Amino acid sequence: MDMNEIKEIFFQECEEQLAELESGLLKLNDGDRDPETVNAVFRAVHSIKGGAGAFGLDDLVSFAHVFETTLDCVRSNKLEPTQDVLKVMLKSADVLADLVSASRDGGGVDEGRSRGLVKELEALARGELPTGGAAEAPKPAAPKPAPAPAAAAPAAPAPTDESGFQPVPFSFDDEEETIVPSVYEVTFKPRRELYAKGNEAALLLRDLTRVGEMSINCDTETLPHFDKMDPEGAYFSWKISVKTEKGEQDIRSVFEFAEWDCDLDVKLAETTDEELPMVPVPFDLSALDDDSASEEDAAEDAASIQAAAAEAVAAAETATNVSKMAAAASRVEKKESQAAAAAAAAAANAANAANSAGQTIRVDLDRVDRLINLVGELVINQAMLSQSVIENDTTGTSSINMGLEELQQLTREIQDSVMAIRAQPVKPVFQRMSRIVREVADMVGKSIRLVTEGENTEVDKTVIDKLAEPLTHMIRNAVDHGIESPEKREAAGKNPEGTVKLTAKHRSGRIVIELVDDGAGINREKVRQKAIDNDLIPADANLSDEEIDNLIFMPGFSTADKISDISGRGVGMDVVKRSIQALGGRISISSRPGLGSTFTMSLPLTLAVLDGMVVTVAGQTLVVPLTAIVETLQPEASSIHSFGANQRLISIRNSFCPLVDVGRILNFRGTQANPVEGVALLVESEGGGQRALMVDAIQGQRQVVIKSLEANYTHVPGIAAATILGDGRVALILDVDAVVAASRGQSLKQESSLKSDMSLAAAG
Amino acid sequence: MSYAVKNLAQGSRELIAFRIGDQEFCVNIMSVREIRGWTKATGLPHSPSYVMGVINLRGAVLPIVDLSARLGMRRAEPTPRHVIIVAQVKNRVVGLLVEAVSDILTVTDENIQPVPEVSSELERQYARGILAIDKRMICLIELDTLFPDTDSEAA
Repeated sequence: MDMNEIKEIFFQECEEQLAELESGLLKLNDGDRDPETVNAVFRAVHSIKGGAGAFGLDDLVSFAHVFETTLDCVRSNKLEPTQDVLKVMLKSADVLADLVSASRDGGGVDEGRSRGLVKELEALARGELPTGGAAEAPKPAAPKPAPAPAAAAPAAPAPTDESGFQPVPFSFDDEEETIVPSVYEVTFKPRRELYAKGNEAALLLRDLTRVGEMSINCDTETLPHFDKMDPEGAYFSWKISVKTEKGEQDIRSVFEFAEWDCDLDVKLAETTDEELPMVPVPFDLSALDDDSASEEDAAEDAASIQAAAAEAVAAAETATNVSKMAAAASRVEKKESQAAAAAAAAAANAANAANSAGQTIRVDLDRVDRLINLVGELVINQAMLSQSVIENDTTGTSSINMGLEELQQLTREIQDSVMAIRAQPVKPVFQRMSRIVREVADMVGKSIRLVTEGENTEVDKTVIDKLAEPLTHMIRNAVDHGIESPEKREAAGKNPEGTVKLTAKHRSGRIVIELVDDGAGINREKVRQKAIDNDLIPADANLSDEEIDNLIFMPGFSTADKISDISGRGVGMDVVKRSIQALGGRISISSRPGLGSTFTMSLPLTLAVLDGMVVTVAGQTLVVPLTAIVETLQPEASSIHSFGANQRLISIRNSFCPLVDVGRILNFRGTQANPVEGVALLVESEGGGQRALMVDAIQGQRQVVIKSLEANYTHVPGIAAATILGDGRVALILDVDAVVAASRGQSLKQESSLKSDMSLAAAG
Repeated sequence: MSYAVKNLAQGSRELIAFRIGDQEFCVNIMSVREIRGWTKATGLPHSPSYVMGVINLRGAVLPIVDLSARLGMRRAEPTPRHVIIVAQVKNRVVGLLVEAVSDILTVTDENIQPVPEVSSELERQYARGILAIDKRMICLIELDTLFPDTDSEAA
């Protein structure tokens, strides 16, 4: 496994963490105050920071760090996660995602935006609680900020103890590059956060031994009396003198991942035997063990000291920021109840994290596809076997028959389970949408809530991948055009905050995705006028409300008065419709003026199989995709009308529709068949027009596994793909759009057959 | 395996010989995947006359080429006695319809005689050499020349 592979895994994990982060923030936004949620958010950012640090992605690390610091304020209940705070955080999550993808694929990030957010985040951390900000900046020697760690740790009953250890500024003038082993004096005082983030002072110290010869003094002065001790507090500090040939930088790099969470001071000692305040003791872990043992004992007392601690925090705050006094006082109550809960949750976290790992595996998609293909073969083979047994067995009661039935059931189950491997919840796509809503709403100055439902509805991965683009278009449209401005909404007596609801659910073997907005609905008069202006419909056309609504799916249509960055170039909804249709789906709209619009998309659960109608044309078996068929009918001689030289129209409920002989178009027969002897399939094609396709007979309806023709042959005009039927024969799947296009006038048809002749000539 | 290795070491190769009408042809055995009996193919619209259609080869859609027609001879009328040689041509797999597979030949380069000067473009295009074995004449075919690249076809 080389570095790139490891990096790739890191990025994959980043995506998961980002999803976790966003869903956590959204939960908080909805009023969830579960400490576990806050912890999950914090963990996500922290993991990204940690991984990014390992790969030297400095931009990512520094942004994640600032974000983490602010989140930590929320986690320790110093910062109330209000809507405004969360807005900044959600934006930060977006920037973090951008930074991750920029690190992965290269490319730039909006520097201004991320810098602005860094400031906002820092302001949040500092503004609400000034001590929080001190954690980032390299600590100045001034004694004033010393209460910072005290505020972070509830156990600060004796803040004066903190001043017992102060990094004294030394002059760095004599710091020269020397090759002779020099002695550095390192003072290392971990803060409470260091332990909270899973770092361990002993391990850091052990790493330090690799830099050079060293002696360690542990300063236990700040350790409070047993009954006043906070089990999660940090009390020890170390004074280490390291004799090394390496520079200060190497010593600092040992603390690289901890430097934000500890007070670290590295300086060159003038002489080796400078008076040390304490006697060197051997580096021993037992001191730490004792500490943790006593922590447990102290846990019982912890609750009783909470009140005192909270007071101390409030006191510390007042001292540093008088203006925040009132706020701090109001928070005191909250802290008392929440601090204990947070401590319990933190312990539970570790257990949860261990449990959740190992429940999923990453599998290459190709492997899954190969398995799906093989199972497809198995199903076909099983059908063939059954058929030949039935043909040869007249009694139909033999044990072979019964065995075959069981086999059939098993293969069905195998197929379903294998298909389920590819099925993925739509959650990631929905989550991406919430970002789009946020950004677009910001851009157009609207306040919009996205509500998602049924995020865990599963659908084939290919469908999910292809769903994002049309959905993005529709969401943008809904935010830009659907929802009115807050002023208009208020005037109409609605909640100024608009709601866009995205729902996914399973309906009869398909996935149905609904996008509902509570905006103004479609302005039918305007849509109609626009369609007339753009020559999409005749001026005197008599259209039903539904037909008018569906006009927005016509190519080249936009009702927005002004073209905006977001939507309104007239390439919107027709593109959406086309991409949904390409997925074998349908889209419809219903709208109520003043109340909003609903877009309903219905998509197949997988692209590997297709619902088709099996038909016979000139002795050949063909499959017509069911999604294209509007209705089937048996033409009567009286409804067939000749039109021109060799065109025929069929009248269906008083409208005339061109009749297309599939057998003739595909060159299966030389002359047109008699329509009365066959069946007409009324189809709707991409262009919107209806055509009646003539076939000889309908065999039935069934699900077929799609097989590529291009793999071993070449593209065949009029044919979309192939499939294998139960009898083991290959059947061709009709490309309805191509057939309809070819039938549009004789010239087009000749051109297409000419083209295929040419390709044959090339092949020959 | 050791047999093949020995032969390869001596610079010889193995060929599969088959019969179309009264002529015999052969192709390099390395391009042949399998040999199977004739099954009815599903016709393709707008296909060249020598493409008989497609069949199901364990789930893959396999185009069947009437080699007789492809080589400019009479179109085959397939019977159950006909054979399909499944061959790999570049990155594709095609089925070649022939009358019967007659032999597996092990030949060295000295056994292969050059193609005599003939006027027909088609024969010169696919024939790579002629073998004389037991008074029979067997024509060595280069399959790659019979089925050009996808890209040129698509153009």
